[in-house]
This record gives sequence, C-alpha cells and structure tokens, in this order.
Amino acid sequence: MNWLVPLPVVIPLIAAGLALAMSRRPRVQGAISVAALSLVLAVAVGLIFVTHTQGPQVVNVGGWSAPVGIALVGDRLSVLMLLVSAIVLLCVLLYSLAQGVADGNEGAPVAIYHPTYLVLAAGVANAFLSGDLFNLYVGFEILLAASFVLLTLGGTGERIRAGSIYVIVSLLSSVLFLISIAMIYAATGTLNLAQLSERLLDIDPGVRLVLQVMLLMGFAIKAAVFPLSAWLPDSYPTAPAPVTAVFAGLLTKVGVYAIIRMQTLLFTDGALDMVLMWAALLTMLVGIIGAVAQDDIKRLLSFTLVSHIGYMIFGISLANQTGLSSAIFYVAHHITVQTALFLVAGLIERRGGSTSLEKLGSLGKLAPALAILFFVPAMNLAGIPPMSGFLGKVGLLQAGLELGTPLALATVAGGLLTSLLTLYAVVKAWNKAFWQEAPEELPEGTTPRSMFGPAAVLATLGVLFAVIGGPLYSYTDAAARDLQAQTPYIDSVLVRGDRGEGDSDAAGGDDG
Amino acid sequence: MTPNVTLAIVVGVLVGTGVYLLLERSLSRVIIGVTLISNGVNVLMLIAGGAAGGPPLVGSGPAEDMADPLPQAMVLTAIVINLGLTAFVLAMAYRSWQLHGHDEVQDDLEDRRIARRAERGAVDKRADDVGTNLAIEAAEARDETEEVPLITGHGPQLGAEDDDVTGRRS
Repeated sequence: MNWLVPLPVVIPLIAAGLALAMSRRPRVQGAISVAALSLVLAVAVGLIFVTHTQGPQVVNVGGWSAPVGIALVGDRLSVLMLLVSAIVLLCVLLYSLAQGVADGNEGAPVAIYHPTYLVLAAGVANAFLSGDLFNLYVGFEILLAASFVLLTLGGTGERIRAGSIYVIVSLLSSVLFLISIAMIYAATGTLNLAQLSERLLDIDPGVRLVLQVMLLMGFAIKAAVFPLSAWLPDSYPTAPAPVTAVFAGLLTKVGVYAIIRMQTLLFTDGALDMVLMWAALLTMLVGIIGAVAQDDIKRLLSFTLVSHIGYMIFGISLANQTGLSSAIFYVAHHITVQTALFLVAGLIERRGGSTSLEKLGSLGKLAPALAILFFVPAMNLAGIPPMSGFLGKVGLLQAGLELGTPLALATVAGGLLTSLLTLYAVVKAWNKAFWQEAPEELPEGTTPRSMFGPAAVLATLGVLFAVIGGPLYSYTDAAARDLQAQTPYIDSVLVRGDRGEGDSDAAGGDDG
Repeated sequence: MTPNVTLAIVVGVLVGTGVYLLLERSLSRVIIGVTLISNGVNVLMLIAGGAAGGPPLVGSGPAEDMADPLPQAMVLTAIVINLGLTAFVLAMAYRSWQLHGHDEVQDDLEDRRIARRAERGAVDKRADDVGTNLAIEAAEARDETEEVPLITGHGPQLGAEDDDVTGRRS
C-alpha cells in the first residue's frame, strides 16, 4: 500500500496546475481545489489505517534506493499530522469559497488564490512525509513561497509591510537550515534521516552539538519559539481570515514537527533538552503576557498561538514517552482549535466590521450563534475540562511531574499559569466583543451560513478530540514509542542494512 | 576530506556582507544581502561535497576520482528556489515603492502604539527631572521611517535625516 504515500504531495500539485489553467473560471477552480483536498483527506485516512496496522510506509522516489535517492516516509507521527492538516485545509478552503461567494468577485486576485493554496497543501504534505533533510528543505520552501503569496494577496500597503517582515525572517530561517544541511553533509556524508541517525552517533560530540544548535535555530524560527517568535504577531493578523487561519494552524506546526523529528531521530543524546525546556517556559509566559496586553482579537490569538507552541516544545524537551505522546496529541488538538478561532475571528470581523475590542460590542445579542462558536474553541484553548485542551495539558503536566527535575516542575507551574492567563485573555475578548454595550452602532453585516459551517466543524472537531481522547492517546502513545525506539523508522527506510529497496546499485559515492 | 581554504574565505565574505546588508531597513539592500548569503551558502554546499574530481558518470573512470554529485544537485535546486524567492521579494519591494515612495520596511502600528505608551510612562516619571529636554527625548524616540518625503532626489535615508526634529507623530 505504499503507493499511497506520495499522493498527498502529487495530487495538490497537479490540481494546482489545473486550477491555474482554469484561472478564468472561479467556479471550476473551486471545484478542483475541493476535489483535490477531499482526495488528500481520503488518502490520509487510508494511510493512517495502513501505517497503524503495517508499520511505516516508504516510497523511494524514482526507484533510487534510500540513502542516495529521496525517500518519502509515512510513519504514525507524520500520517497523523497529515490527516489533521488535510481536515483543516479542506475546512478552511470551504470557508474561503463561501467568503468569495458572499463577497462577490470584487477586485481580489482570486485567480491565483486556489493554485497557491494547493501548492501550500503540497508543501505541508511534503514536509511531513520527507525522509531526508534536503527534501524537508524543499517542502519548507514550497510552503513558504506559497505562504508569501497568500500573505501579500492583493498587495495593500499593510499586507506588504507585514509581508516584508515575514518574508525576510522566513528567508533567513531557510538560509540557516540550508547552512546546517551543508554542514551535516560535510560531517556525515548523508542527508537521509534514517542513515543520519546512525552516522551522527559516530562524529565528535562537539560537532554534533553545533549541528543540533544550527538545525534547531532554523526550525525554532519557523515554529515561533521564544525568543525567535517576534515576527509572528507582526505578520499574521493582517492577512485575510482564512489565510491567517491556515497559517496559524499549520505553518508553525510544521516547524514543531521538524523539531520532534530531529530530537527523536537525529539528536537523541538530550544535549539541548534543558535549553529547550527553558525556551518552552519562556515561550509560554512571554507569549501569553503579550496576548493579555492586546486589544485586537486577531493579534491576541496570534500571541496565544506563540504561547501554546511552548506546551509542545515542553513535551518534546521532556524526552520521555509520556511527554512526546502528549506533545503529539497537543499538536493535533491545537491545529484544529487555533484554526477554528481564527476563522471565528474572521466571522466577527464580518459581522462587527472590525476585530478591535475597543470598537466591538453587543455581538451576543446580534449573533448568539457566533458567541457560542467563539466560546467553545476559546475554552478548549484555555484547557477547561472536559475538552481536548485539558486532556493534552494534563498529559504534558503529568509527564513533567514524572520527570520531576526542578526546571520541569517550574515549567509545569508555568504551564498552569499560562492556562489561567489564556482563560483570562479569551474571556476578556469574549466579554468585550459579545457582552459589553457597543461603543457605537455596529455596521450592518451578515455571517453566511456556508462560512459558519466550516468553522463550526473545526470547533466541534476540537471537542470531538476529547470524546475520542482514549483511542487518540493510545495512537499517540504508539507513535511516541515508535519515535523513541527508532527502529521501525530506520528499518523500513534502510531495508537491507544501509540500503533501501530500489534499483541504484551503480550509484556509489554515498560514503565519501 | 580537506576543505578548500579559498572557498571557505569566499563563503565567509559573502555571508558576512550579506548579513550586514540584511540588517538594513531598505528592501532593495535586503534583497542584495539575501542574494549574497544564498550564493555563499551554495558555495558552502560545494565545499561540503569534498574535493573536486572528475565528472560523476558511471563508467568514465574509477569511482574514487569522481566528484560527489549529490551536493551539486542540491545546489542546483537551491539556486532555482532562490531565483524564485528573489523575484518575489523584488516584486514586493517594487510594490512597496509604488505605495509609499520608498521601499523601507515599516514598523508595525500596534508596536508603535505600545512603544508610545511606554514612552509616555517614561516621560511621566521624569516630570520633576528638570535637566532633560523633552524635545530631544522625543527626537530620539522618533522612528526613522516616519515623515519620509514621497520622492527625494537623495534616497530615503537622507530625506529622513534632513527632516524636522519635532516631526509630527501620528
């Protein structure tokens, strides 16, 4: 069944080409995008069954065997990420289609929206499935290039301003990543993740530490880990609501995924675990303090996004199975919840004409359904029991207590404080936007049911994660066990000792 | 593997110059900086591939004399990616020039609001400190991209410096 693995990358790319060819027919474009992403979703569901029952699935692109050629690997972690991101991408696409229909075709260059969005989907899938570092870089570049276009869509002054910061910071992180790739290749002579995990053990620990720091810096910028997170609240809030939603949900999580991968597969000696834990603590606290200070819902949500990345990093830095498992659970939960919140922020902007808490008010009377739709994911984000945010946080805190070092305990305390402050921030936003008297009459506006639907689906999904919490946790436990054992991944990529399946016996020189 | 010192120095110079340019506010300098850095990194990739050798074609000679083809393939990919991204940033800089008359990266409005709030607090604290001139303080806190004339003959930097110290802040 390993032919399923490349499909999540190939389908959106082909569909992007088709959509670009149909640039004069917005309806056809929409149909193509929906069909492609539904197909990706179906493939992801199929993959999750196959990998769960039969172990990691590997495809050697072009038939070249693993250490030389490009390997695409779907293991439990990457396939779960793929599934969640497929759901989110589809929901956001439906939301933006509905928004396009509701707005009419006024001015915005919609012709490139669908192709770019599909390319973004392909890049995300490529980053998740990639089995070697350079292909991971290519996946990152695909999704970054698409995100640049989406972020500056329409080319208004504000978006160009936000875009320049985002573009430059992203370019810098890519360059850092590329430099570390070059250095890793120079040190080990390979870029295949499975082979690297064996070869990195043989090199000098000092060199290994340098390589780890370099890689971590590149990924931490993308994942918005404090102190490398300052670009995020500056650039996300200005983009159109669906774009911000998909960025907030997916792009930072790709960085987190890369950090999980590198910490579990490449650098297993835990040399930087303390540093990561400090970063996690500071990310949580500084992020949430920023959120408390904001007057604008979108900016507030951007800061909570940064803050909650801290939880995931904490889970990774614990480096035990409970911690990893909860971190994976938390990533899946957070993708849906944060996306839902940004979509709701878009609806609030539509109904109230603004997302500034100083201008909003009385929305509770005007749009009660919207109030509920904001309330549910907001409480989920804050981790109110019995929602999935609570389950994720309990897992993380439990794993922290299990480790029991002073720093871990301090981070547990920081996590609790962050949850409380998140609760404070979102309740403040909820109260101000929905229940205070509006300072001035709100403009007339509507929230089309077709936009409401996808947001509601995502919010429900966040709650549903709590219902299926047991099975989901046993799945993430298995994923974490795989990650720590390493052998399922390495054995499936390098089938015959140091060679994968494939036909490239003539190609030598990988051990130069 | 012995690294090539000349190439290593080339990488250092390219990346160092690029980083210096990257710290500028003007987007066109940033583009040159990014280009320099990425060229430096491409050379670094080549160094990572080891010493130069014969063409890596199977059958053309013994495998030990061949150059490592993988870094070259990767550099090619990186060059293509950089080409695309540079084109995009150029378009963005042009659009910024179209909109504002300069291509400098602007501060975030919200950041500026918060900075102003902090600045006001600092002024309050200094209310009984007669030694400080508030006009000088304000000029120091003033953002360099503000109040740039739409089109200046000397470029935006000069225009900003020539500006009145007590420039309006909005």
